[in-house]
Amino acid sequence: MEKSNYNFVSKNRRPVEDKRFVTGHGNFVADIDRPDMLHVAILACHEPSASIDEIDFSAALKMKGVIDVITGKELASATKPLMNGLDTPNVKRYSLAVEQVRYAGEWVCAIVAKSRAIAEDAAEKILLKTTSLKFVLDSEKALLPKSPIVHENHGSNILLEKKFVWGDVFQDFKKSDHQISYNVNWGRNSTVPVETFGVVAEWNAWKNILDVWASIQMPKFSDHIAFVLGLRANQVRVHYDVDVGGSYGVKRGIKHTILASYISRKLHRPIRLIEDRLENMRSGDAHGPERKFDVTMAFDSDGIIHSMKMRALDNAGAYAGRAPFQLGKPIGAIVGPYTISSVEYLALSVTTNKAVQEAVRGFGQAPTNYALETGIDRIANFLKMDRMELRQKNLIKSNQFPYIIPSGSEYDSGDYQTVIKKVFASKNYKELIKERDLLRKNGLMAGIGIASCLEPSGGNSSFEPLLNSKNKTTTWMESCQLNIDASGTVTARIHTTSSGQGHETLVSTIVGEILEIDPDEICIARPNSIESLPGNSPVGSRMAIMLGGAAGKASKKLKEKIIIIAAHKLGFKKSELIYQKGSVFAPDGSSMSWDEIIEFSHRRIDQLPDGMDPGLASFDIMQVPTGGNLPKDDKVHMYPCYSFEFHLVLLSFDPIICKPNIRSYTVGHDCGTVINPSIVSGMTYGGIAHGIGAALLEEFAYDDNGQLMTQSFLDYLIPSSHEVPEIKIIKHSTPSPHTFFGQKGSGESGYLGAPAAISSAINDALSPINISFLSLPIRMSLVSDAIANQNE
Amino acid sequence: MKIELNINNSIKVYDVEPRLTLLDFIRDEMKLKGTHAGCEHGVCGACTIILNGEAVRSCMVLAVQAVGDEIITIEGINAKEERTGELNVLQDAFCEAHGMQCGYCTPGMVISAEVLLSKNSNPTREEVREAISGNICRCTGYVQIVDAIMLAAERLSGRNRK
Repeated sequence: MEKSNYNFVSKNRRPVEDKRFVTGHGNFVADIDRPDMLHVAILACHEPSASIDEIDFSAALKMKGVIDVITGKELASATKPLMNGLDTPNVKRYSLAVEQVRYAGEWVCAIVAKSRAIAEDAAEKILLKTTSLKFVLDSEKALLPKSPIVHENHGSNILLEKKFVWGDVFQDFKKSDHQISYNVNWGRNSTVPVETFGVVAEWNAWKNILDVWASIQMPKFSDHIAFVLGLRANQVRVHYDVDVGGSYGVKRGIKHTILASYISRKLHRPIRLIEDRLENMRSGDAHGPERKFDVTMAFDSDGIIHSMKMRALDNAGAYAGRAPFQLGKPIGAIVGPYTISSVEYLALSVTTNKAVQEAVRGFGQAPTNYALETGIDRIANFLKMDRMELRQKNLIKSNQFPYIIPSGSEYDSGDYQTVIKKVFASKNYKELIKERDLLRKNGLMAGIGIASCLEPSGGNSSFEPLLNSKNKTTTWMESCQLNIDASGTVTARIHTTSSGQGHETLVSTIVGEILEIDPDEICIARPNSIESLPGNSPVGSRMAIMLGGAAGKASKKLKEKIIIIAAHKLGFKKSELIYQKGSVFAPDGSSMSWDEIIEFSHRRIDQLPDGMDPGLASFDIMQVPTGGNLPKDDKVHMYPCYSFEFHLVLLSFDPIICKPNIRSYTVGHDCGTVINPSIVSGMTYGGIAHGIGAALLEEFAYDDNGQLMTQSFLDYLIPSSHEVPEIKIIKHSTPSPHTFFGQKGSGESGYLGAPAAISSAINDALSPINISFLSLPIRMSLVSDAIANQNE
Repeated sequence: MKIELNINNSIKVYDVEPRLTLLDFIRDEMKLKGTHAGCEHGVCGACTIILNGEAVRSCMVLAVQAVGDEIITIEGINAKEERTGELNVLQDAFCEAHGMQCGYCTPGMVISAEVLLSKNSNPTREEVREAISGNICRCTGYVQIVDAIMLAAERLSGRNRK
């Protein structure tokens, strides 16, 4: 759509979702009460690895109010294993442990009772006899030949091992003046939403339908449930009008849902399973990547980087989950915003006796960006070159787009130099250096953090066939349906849950823009999965592009029909007519109003062109722009759009306590055309806050016995309003050529660069005393200890 | 046991289990679903209510401990307009600044802000940050929440009539 002045797009329109939330009238899963509903509590095993010898739940069953106790053995006899998208048939995962537990906290029994409290009381009466087995926690150790194997039948701990060579790595290394190698570690953390995962499942035996209300953000969720339970997909009715209390990727409670659904079918009662915080942290199977990188960069004395070798070893935890694929997405931006011409990439994912991973915001991109940016800083340090000068030399230039990277993805558009220039216009780099040096003179450790990185967006899933040749996925569609009713009002249907992304605002803004009607008068409906067209949920920073695109295309189809109706009545060619605010005008001054068009389409088929269907409805099932190809020669084009962000941070701390004080945080952000400014800026602020947590605070830390030590909010520290500083966003827009309005994704913005930027700032602060940290999170206690040790 | 509780200016006798938290009582017995459970150990603030004029975590109080206290939940802060869908100035400012995303922490956030503004009509951004520091928001990075509360303070004190 070529139009620079929009009526509603890019305007400060109030998000329509907000009103229900500020009054406490959201519709979250825990708010759903069903008649005769039963409640589930979980018995977990505390051992990291053990065989299950006996489960005696006779005393529990005798308790008043206890209805049933379900074991893994029972469940496995009635359901298929959960799917993981890989070719690993012997890594079987069920909702409850079967014969063996593989991480501390793994679910062993489900206790069903009239209340959650009774179920929890009953859990304490169950006698669980186990035999301890050897376990492995460290990913490198899991690779060793003598390591305990988490899934014996699989034969090793390796879930994925795939090496890629893109471009002439050998020659590029040979011709380069220098190379440096380094290791960085991304600590195990996650998005940890304030709402835990929850599900209510209700089997309706008279209609043969399973109703599911869940705080879910998962592609093909209902299909997965149906497959595992042996139902037809059209027997699973997932309700998309449930508000999801934060997700950022991890709300994929498929194991919870299968369990609750199975119990509901067995007992013919609605079943509610809401995680408590301990279950969520320890065994909700929602941890994020834990990744070790070994990187070697080859570059010349003038700072030009030619090639990179990267080994990424991910600690998947006890079952596959989505962990291995999170090594795949970063392939779509493996060189970041830089002109590195060849790459060798070894993606390794191993099982260990830790909790299971799920998709986390950015799907592996934030760790990779952290590894890349650390390298850029280290090369600058090696060459004694300013970090910005080095970046400027290697950044892709605006006249180089579309730019194809070695691994096959084509970057759509960008103007990185202008974004950076705008950031420095707001925060002068030389002044910032002076400010840092002044802080240092005053006895503080002070550092400047820099990160420039990309947000691949549009949620294509082509990393799946790239990592698993049996997986032939080439589409990752999203859809939207529109109807103009007989009174002329517009309803749009969207086919997913939302977890704060503002999809109702997105769709109403776009439909309003194209039909030139007030978006606040458009109703957004969320039918359930049976009534829905296909979609893939809000993953991969895709909904502005894909749901927005489908809404835009469906609106255009409606507009087209309206113009055809008017052309028929007014006796003009379509091309001669002008559509304006719902009415159609002809060159001779005649016109057809919205009301007449509604009247014709709903009541007067005799007035419509021959063969035209009555009514005014449309839909669009949108394919990912630029997608559709299977990998060839280990290369594939992944994402239609690439947003850019540039972080500039000044941070200081005293050398004793080392509590970081983020003195200024500026971020340049270019996600193309912005649909709703306050939604996009909110995403960016929130992503940075999340990144600050990953860089400084958050870690699922296990002790040597395989016990999770950070399993409450007292020890897994989430940034509060004290830890997140005021942040200045500098906006720029380089529209994407591939999308409806030129929009790109923004759902992962901030998070993809903030950890790298904070790490960069701390290492700059410590550089005068030759200390550096190559592992996240960089907790203040670690910094304090390192300085103290050096002073001893 | 039977207790008399004052919730949203309605005083009634309830029969509750002694171990029931005020949070579970509000949600499951009163069916007031705007107060949310987040951590249930007093850190996240999603369950914040007003108890005798103070912002209090309802997960850390037993229902039986609240006898004689005046309790206001998110549904009660704009009680007169609750059914009409009208927002009070603070709620409206949260919408104006989009001081939320998923909406889960929002009721607790609004309650903490309400208590702040009842005591300090002209807070600084730092004071706002202090007041909401016991409310975890995972979505917003707090910036637009602080904006919203500052905007509400301005409007309530008549400094901004726009």
